[in-house]
Amino acid sequence: MRYIAVLSLAVIPLAAIAQDWEGRRVFGDADAPQSLRVLSSTDTSFFVPIIDSFLEGRADVSVEYLSTGTADLDEIFRENPDQYDVVISSAMDLQLKLTNDGYAQRLDGFAHPDWAQWRSSLFAFTTEPAAIVINTAAFDGLDIPATRQDLIEVLRENAPRFDGRVGTYDVRQSGLGYLFATQDARASESYWRLMEVIGSLNAQLYCCSGAMIDDLAAGRISVAYNVLGSYALARQDITEVLTVILPSDFPTTMMRSALVSNASSEPALAEAFVSHLIRLQSQGSPEDFPLPSLDAIQDTTGRAAISLEPALMTYLDTLKRQVFIREWENAIIQNQ
Amino acid sequence: MTGEVPAYGSLRDRLASILIGGSAVLAVLLFFVVRGYAAQVAQEGQDSILSASVSSILDAAVLRDGAIELDFPYASLSMLSTASDDRVFYAIYEDGTLLSGYGDLGDTPAVAGDARTFASLDYDAATVRVATASRTLIGADRPRRVTVRVAQTQDALAETLNQISRNVAMFGLGFFALATVLAYWATSTTIGQLSRLTTSVTRRGPQDLSPFLKPVPREMVPLVGSLNTLMVRLEHSLKQSEDFIVEAAHRVRTPLATVRSYAEATFQRVQEPENRTALRAMMRAIDESSRAAGQLLDHAMVTFRAENLEREEITLDAMLRDLVERMTPIAEMRDVTLRLDSDGPAVLRGDAVLLQNAFRNLIDNALKYAPVDTAITVRIRATPQLSVDVIDEGRGFSPDEIDILATRFVRGHDAEGHIGSGLGLTIAKDVATAHDGTMVLSNTQKGGACVTLRF
Ligand SMILES: Nc1ncnc2c1ncn2[C@@H]1O[C@H](COP(=O)(O)OP(=O)(O)OP(=O)(O)O)[C@@H](O)[C@H]1O
Ligand SMILES: [Mg+2]
Repeated sequence: MRYIAVLSLAVIPLAAIAQDWEGRRVFGDADAPQSLRVLSSTDTSFFVPIIDSFLEGRADVSVEYLSTGTADLDEIFRENPDQYDVVISSAMDLQLKLTNDGYAQRLDGFAHPDWAQWRSSLFAFTTEPAAIVINTAAFDGLDIPATRQDLIEVLRENAPRFDGRVGTYDVRQSGLGYLFATQDARASESYWRLMEVIGSLNAQLYCCSGAMIDDLAAGRISVAYNVLGSYALARQDITEVLTVILPSDFPTTMMRSALVSNASSEPALAEAFVSHLIRLQSQGSPEDFPLPSLDAIQDTTGRAAISLEPALMTYLDTLKRQVFIREWENAIIQNQ
Repeated sequence: MTGEVPAYGSLRDRLASILIGGSAVLAVLLFFVVRGYAAQVAQEGQDSILSASVSSILDAAVLRDGAIELDFPYASLSMLSTASDDRVFYAIYEDGTLLSGYGDLGDTPAVAGDARTFASLDYDAATVRVATASRTLIGADRPRRVTVRVAQTQDALAETLNQISRNVAMFGLGFFALATVLAYWATSTTIGQLSRLTTSVTRRGPQDLSPFLKPVPREMVPLVGSLNTLMVRLEHSLKQSEDFIVEAAHRVRTPLATVRSYAEATFQRVQEPENRTALRAMMRAIDESSRAAGQLLDHAMVTFRAENLEREEITLDAMLRDLVERMTPIAEMRDVTLRLDSDGPAVLRGDAVLLQNAFRNLIDNALKYAPVDTAITVRIRATPQLSVDVIDEGRGFSPDEIDILATRFVRGHDAEGHIGSGLGLTIAKDVATAHDGTMVLSNTQKGGACVTLRF
């Protein structure tokens, strides 16, 4: 019996580490007395400068940054909330549900705008619009679409040219993809028409923005719908090749958000990290904070982001999700 | 006479504490009633939103291919957004089996029952308000019962209630403060009537026994009434004793005069030395008694007139000149010069009879106690203050008695051999007091007596 207990004690952290991470990186001295585990859906590269500046003057702190997809992240965290200190995700609905379900710790005393936080527990720190990203060369001789309707027409009229060359999120896998899809569907019927068209063109389905952008850059696909424009813009090497379009008919803007686990073993450090994040987004230069700040979208176009409210949980409902996924599958998977 | 009256409690304190205590109780009552009402209204508000949310979810329920489909609108949960970011939970059941949502949210609903219910329960370390409602869908094979339950934490509600409580508390405090000021004011005005009566009783002269006629509050009428009755009785008994004195003096004086004339006549006739001595002593005793009776009468008269003083313009210098003239023959008999020294017209509003009586007594004393061949000066000064000095050149007042000589029936120890009753200075002093003046006894540098009346 005792052996089993000892064994399981030894196995649990191993199991956690044995997880397949998209990215895993330890910042600072791995043997530091204090270590912060950050579970995130954001590519590690964006967080390098943020964590580096956080560790400045904190010699006895190390940060373990673990990244994975939004849906995975939600599952992993719900299983072992005590293993992680900070959870950062772009899937606002999943983050809000985590908070609603009591996984987040209340952090009082942050001067953060009301619309960018929920219950003083969930703090949004970026605004990132969903974009249509195209491989500029592939549109040679065609009008660059400005709206979803434009895109529908271009795709319809040039069906042979785009067959198998349109990419979008697989909403069944990606939490962020699902959030974008449901918000689009909520906003306009044109979403479904677009999905029909994309479906008829043998859509390529992706787990993540990064992969979509890679394929776009490599010319394997010509258009990607509902990609994080911020990811595309961050890739200095391919700015020539790609064009990022923010659809002008209606915006779908996501806010990346962070929360401190209620079961965190380093609550003070975790709070300091979130506070650092919030401060950087409003004060930091693009070098310190490579993601678009909260004001980035609000200021320039006056576009409102998806609001942080309990209604975000609507599409997470199993029955609703069933209906939505079925409709989505009907639209997108036609010839497969 | 002014014995300490023991105090038992305080009317003002009692009144004030009843009023203030009462308003404090009212304020607290107000606070709880309004707060309770506000809580009820706020709860009803939350219930109606929860109810609307439940309805909108229920309305979306349809049967498709024998399965429940529930594509409920975004607004169902959106309407539950609050300023305090309240947490929201929901559960959807089909015939008592969880379809989706939070399965541990309260008991599994009973299959029967149509009523929409509201309940408060603890869920995940918070108090939540739960609304539950059901709807029956008629399927091809059998009816299905869909039950929807929506719950919300009460942070915004608590915040609203706190806000209301704070406001109501402020309101209650304000009410209390105002009531306290009012209570203080009410108490002061009520007690003020008593103090006013007290002042008017205190301010009265010692002789003033007239009834109080100023209007007083109804509650004080019995008190003032009995006070007035007491005054009347007091005045009556005073008057009776005065009348008695006057009557007694009269009755004594007349026969004394007769006895005196007989004694005088007999004295002329008898030759035996011892008989003559006896008769001389007898006549002296008669003189003493008749003087006493006269002075008593005068004193009673002074007391009576002083009580209802009738003031008229009196030229004091003229009056005294007249008096001096009238007393000059007596002075001449004793070889005493009587002088009047006046610095001009001196006018006084007062009772001429009383003033004459007073000055006559003073000049009488000077004549009686000063040796022969001396002068008596009556000095009138109109400025800076109207004053009259009666100065003689005799032995003066003995310093150890000077403070008590103006007391009734008190005579100096050196007054033996002079006929007198000890009322002269008392009469003079009472007259001065009745005219709001003073009498001061002193001795001149040469040793003579000096009596000063100041008005
Ligand atoms: N001018 C004075 N000189 C010295 N002693 C005086 C003089 N006037 C009064 N006294 C003293 O004061 C006492 C009181 O005087 P008061 O006039 O009251 O009484 P009285 O003269 O004795 O009697 P009466 O009532 O007949 O006047 C006198 O007995 C006397 O001792
Ligand atoms: Mg005398």
